[in-house]
Amino acid sequence: MSVKSAPVLHTDAILADPRTRIIVCCGAGGVGKTTTAAALGLRAAEHGRSVVVLTVDPARRLAQSMGLTHLDNVPRRVAGVDGPGELHAMMLDMKRTFDEIIEAHADPERAKQILSNPFYQSLSSSFSGTQEYMAMEKLGQLRRSDEWDLIIVDTPPSRSALDFLDAPERLGRFLDGRFIRLLTAPAKAGGRSAFKLLNAGFGLVAGVLTKVLGANVLKDIQTFVSALDAVFGGFRQRADQTYQLLQAPGTAFLVVAAPERDAMREASYFVERLAEERMPLAGLVVNRVHRTPATSLSAARSAAAAEELEARGEHELTAAVLRLHTGRMQLAAREAREQEHFISAHPTVPVTQVPAMAEDVHDLDGLRQIGEMLAEAPKGTRAVG
Amino acid sequence: MSARDTDWDGVRLHVVTGKGGTGKTTVAAALALALAAEGRKVLLVEVEGRQGIAQVFDLPPLPYEERKIAVAPGGGDVFALAVDPEEAMLEYLEMFYGMRRAGKALTKMGVVDFATTIAPGLRDVLVTGKTSEAVRRRGKNGRRVYDAVVLDAPPTGRIARFLNVTSEVAGLARLGPIKNHADLVRGVMASPETRVHFVTLLEEMPVQETLDGIAELREARLRPGGIFINMTRPPLFAKATLDAAAKGHFDAAELALGLKAVGLADSGNASAMAESLAEALTAEVADHARRTALERRERRTLAGAHLPRYELPLLADGVDLAGLYELAEAIRAQGAA
Repeated sequence: MSVKSAPVLHTDAILADPRTRIIVCCGAGGVGKTTTAAALGLRAAEHGRSVVVLTVDPARRLAQSMGLTHLDNVPRRVAGVDGPGELHAMMLDMKRTFDEIIEAHADPERAKQILSNPFYQSLSSSFSGTQEYMAMEKLGQLRRSDEWDLIIVDTPPSRSALDFLDAPERLGRFLDGRFIRLLTAPAKAGGRSAFKLLNAGFGLVAGVLTKVLGANVLKDIQTFVSALDAVFGGFRQRADQTYQLLQAPGTAFLVVAAPERDAMREASYFVERLAEERMPLAGLVVNRVHRTPATSLSAARSAAAAEELEARGEHELTAAVLRLHTGRMQLAAREAREQEHFISAHPTVPVTQVPAMAEDVHDLDGLRQIGEMLAEAPKGTRAVG
Repeated sequence: MSARDTDWDGVRLHVVTGKGGTGKTTVAAALALALAAEGRKVLLVEVEGRQGIAQVFDLPPLPYEERKIAVAPGGGDVFALAVDPEEAMLEYLEMFYGMRRAGKALTKMGVVDFATTIAPGLRDVLVTGKTSEAVRRRGKNGRRVYDAVVLDAPPTGRIARFLNVTSEVAGLARLGPIKNHADLVRGVMASPETRVHFVTLLEEMPVQETLDGIAELREARLRPGGIFINMTRPPLFAKATLDAAAKGHFDAAELALGLKAVGLADSGNASAMAESLAEALTAEVADHARRTALERRERRTLAGAHLPRYELPLLADGVDLAGLYELAEAIRAQGAA
């Protein structure tokens, strides 16, 4: 059972390189992204770096594993880190982050006007792209503050794993677009009748919006947009900055996956998309790989032997053990196949693997153990299972 | 219809959620097959633009159109629909306002993009709205077109908000047509004919998220359905054997004897070979024992939710079409459909 050889992903080299300033962990939901981010953070800190881990996943256990009762929008220092480095952890509060941007950029009165706008309130707390946008915004803030020499971020559990790349651009495009100019036109022209001054296309659209949304909604959106417009003058520029930050050489993207079809397919897609966007991909982390210490006994031989013992009615215990082993070898074979598909399609992407653990991570020791496994040369490039 | 009693008789909308990686789409597909068995007609809907249904059924990507994708055991049809929020919006405009042309203008202006991606909650209202329409739709004979609709919904962490559409759009529209539409959709989602099923694995995080999701649904006065415990394995060992193995007291000598007896150690030094293989296999058993103990704990935790639970086997060859039918059979055998 061997996986075609792929270059080895040396996570320690990435963590130790002082030029690495940002690591982005991305991948499908449920593959252990957040745990990977935290484990890398701890390992980097214990190698002497000053690290902050920014998570968007509100998993309480992760906070607990770092000895923090809860994570919030401010980096908290994690106690119990061995060595000279420091580890801080925080969880994105998207509404708080959005509010802070407004407060930092608007005069108090205008800020108040925006913060109390009903449209703003729902945009900042429930817009499906806000989380992605604010995660990137927070990342930008942390980077500019220059307080940490390494920032590790995990990406939001998006419906599409790529939303975090698209959301800033989308929000920027929207806020800069024709539609917004339409909405802000009345305010700028100083009167509601401004709609009439615009061409028939605009008139049609405004009519539809009023009919479908109701006049009050349109007014809320208008107020919000003109207030916001005055504050930023160029939301798009901000989105572009975030985007460039991600493309910069000090950034390393790690695609995280589990050796299952959906997760590997998503990983493939992600790798292609990152290449398209010219984002610096460091490699693939395959979590939860099942290994067995008894690789010399193949699934087929094990199954045949179990069957024979069962037929003879002898050595019931041995038969059960052989059944267990057969299942594990089959699982390992399936996992190897899923990884092979990825490696054939992306032969130059460095890969590392983390074996499946019987239990979830509960403390720093658990994270430390994951960090060690991440750093080991992946046995799977020679033999899985 | 079938004379069998099932746990969800009278339920027309089955919403299926689960943490990423638990097999939510697979279970939704198997549930649709099970519900369609014996001559019924079921619609399977996906809303996240992932084309998960097409992948599970090994089909090319599905368009925004209800089309037949599978025949259920004993005859019966499964239709599938991949809801695209932009198309749903245009359809909505046409259906309620007769404004197809305006819709095109809106698309050009970026308004549809705005509505489906930026406007808070509107996207969810559009896709749940399309689903509710399919649930309520009646044919010329006055009967419902679909006996049941299965919705492959967003993951557990988002499910309560996704279904609780009224509060989602509250900031956007407190009055007016959108609000009315949202209220109508909310009515379907909260009705006794709708249940939200959870897919989980016997692992800590998915189990915790399941319990959190159930609590959130109850808080939003939506109705949880059953818990589908996916990828379970039949017990291979007696509990006493596992308990001993977990403590490092597994009988490796007996195992080595068995290995020798079946000829798995038959070279020059048979005893040494049997012993070293037995040692490696003993490590596997100990690992398995720890894992099984954890699964037992998670099963007990799930029992605390007081909802019907169903167990679906881990498919040895991964999920393929035959596997889907096997899962559908397991769902029927346990009375979930």
